[in-house]
Amino acid sequence: MKNEFKVIAELIEKDKKVLDVGCADGTLMKFLKDNKNINIRGLEISKDKVQKCIAKGLTVIEGNAEKDLMQFPDKSFDYVVLSQTLQAFLNPEKVINELLRVGKKAIVTIPNFGYWKIRLHLLTKGTMPITKTLPDEWYNTPNLHMCTIKDFVHFVKSRNIKIFKSIALNNENVSSINDTNLGVKNLYADLGIFLIEK
Amino acid sequence: MNTEKNIKTLLVKKPLKLDCGKTINNFPIAYETYGSLNEKKDNAILVFHALTGDQFITGLNPITNKDGWWSYAVGPNKSIDTNKYFVICSNVIGGCLGSFGPSHKDPETQKVFGTNFPVITINDMVNAQYNLIEHFGIDKLFSIVGGSMGGMQVLQFISNFPDKAKTVIPIACTSSHSAQNIAFNELGRQAIAADSNWNEGNYNSKDTIPDKGLAVARMAAHITYLSKKGLQEKFGRKLQEREDLKFGFDADFQIESYLRYQGSVFVDRFDANSYLYITRAMDYFDLGKQFNGNLSDAFKETRAKFFIISFTSDWLYPTQENKDIVIALNAIGADVGFVEIESDKGHDSFLLDVPDFLSALKNFLDKSYIEN
Repeated sequence: MKNEFKVIAELIEKDKKVLDVGCADGTLMKFLKDNKNINIRGLEISKDKVQKCIAKGLTVIEGNAEKDLMQFPDKSFDYVVLSQTLQAFLNPEKVINELLRVGKKAIVTIPNFGYWKIRLHLLTKGTMPITKTLPDEWYNTPNLHMCTIKDFVHFVKSRNIKIFKSIALNNENVSSINDTNLGVKNLYADLGIFLIEK
Repeated sequence: MNTEKNIKTLLVKKPLKLDCGKTINNFPIAYETYGSLNEKKDNAILVFHALTGDQFITGLNPITNKDGWWSYAVGPNKSIDTNKYFVICSNVIGGCLGSFGPSHKDPETQKVFGTNFPVITINDMVNAQYNLIEHFGIDKLFSIVGGSMGGMQVLQFISNFPDKAKTVIPIACTSSHSAQNIAFNELGRQAIAADSNWNEGNYNSKDTIPDKGLAVARMAAHITYLSKKGLQEKFGRKLQEREDLKFGFDADFQIESYLRYQGSVFVDRFDANSYLYITRAMDYFDLGKQFNGNLSDAFKETRAKFFIISFTSDWLYPTQENKDIVIALNAIGADVGFVEIESDKGHDSFLLDVPDFLSALKNFLDKSYIEN
């Protein structure tokens, strides 16, 4: 299991109720269910991936976060997880609001567009950056709203959303983000993980 | 049709009060079982059949000598694995394969009921079938499964008996029959009524059954079970055993010939009055209305795990109507999964060889059984 999921799993206590939005093949869900006794649900748009979740015995709903989160009642989950898909929505702000309405807390991870390799790629090559976390070309990327760790921190603060934990990930390297190291982490992390609440 | 000897029946002695106000008792429920009930009695699955189905789900149907209606899904090692599970299916009341229905004799008058049979509902059907669970001494079913009208029965069953099933699988169905659904059923009923042999439901001798009307009802309904794309791919404008158009009203096109065939084989196995009664039961189905318009309330007493399945090309019970059930369940935090299966085969997809559907059904059941 990738490092990102290990960090997410550590943020969630045992026996909680969790919704994984964009749960893909259910890797994280399965881990949480088996190791932390989590009452876990998934929402996934791809039919193939929904089938993979069912084959793992996971409860998953085929659907689209922008339309289908609205059917869940307020605060009906302890945690709602959104892994690396915020940037792919038409209206990320609306999705964040929905995550925080449905979940008591939300865990959001974002690929960091401020990562030094991305900056260097754009500076030296002058073309849209392609990295391990952002492997697609500009014309076929699903990502509509890329942001940096700094952008995300500024955004949530401006919306009066509480940040409980900010974590920077660079390959195997996990470190916490605070006000004083924000600039540095924004340069060296390729992924940001945030535990938030409203 | 020699039916008697191949049909197992349970005679229900307990009176059953129907939604129409009448009470029935000493009535038969015809059923069939597959696989065997284990010692803990925790491996039973109750399957509900659709409008024209019956209790013979799989293997050879001894009445029609054809494969059971759900042979793709039910059997040894199949999605509903009869090596593992004890599968029960019964003919709905109002039906014509052994359960109490309009072709039975009224014990009071000793005459065939015909349209004097009481109008029954989906609710009445599941309340009648509940007697089978008691008959087998099953405290809790491992699963209840059904497509189309079978799915409606699944929803009604878990609403009536919230702690009697661990898993609940409504397939290609709705919680409320739409105007379009009612319209198509009415078309079928009027086709039967327009056949002079129908005679207000009094046709007793075999030579005078309203077969023409019933065949037209089946032809019209059959179109609603398929998709436009599926029909076009299978038949297009292909001609039936002829080089060119004949400038007449014979079946020039293969699709015409196919529908005529579907109609003609149907009348051999199905009773016209049963068709009226069962379509009426479907039209009256509105589960939300039973709970003052709040569908969620139908499920608030149950802890069962739901898995809802729809098909992309099903325009009779479209995905959105299936999703409305998902939404009602999510609104009360129920354990519900949902998948829409890609298929060109229309509403009939659930009866056919649609691998993604069959594997999803199998995986859901088998994984849930392990966790059982």
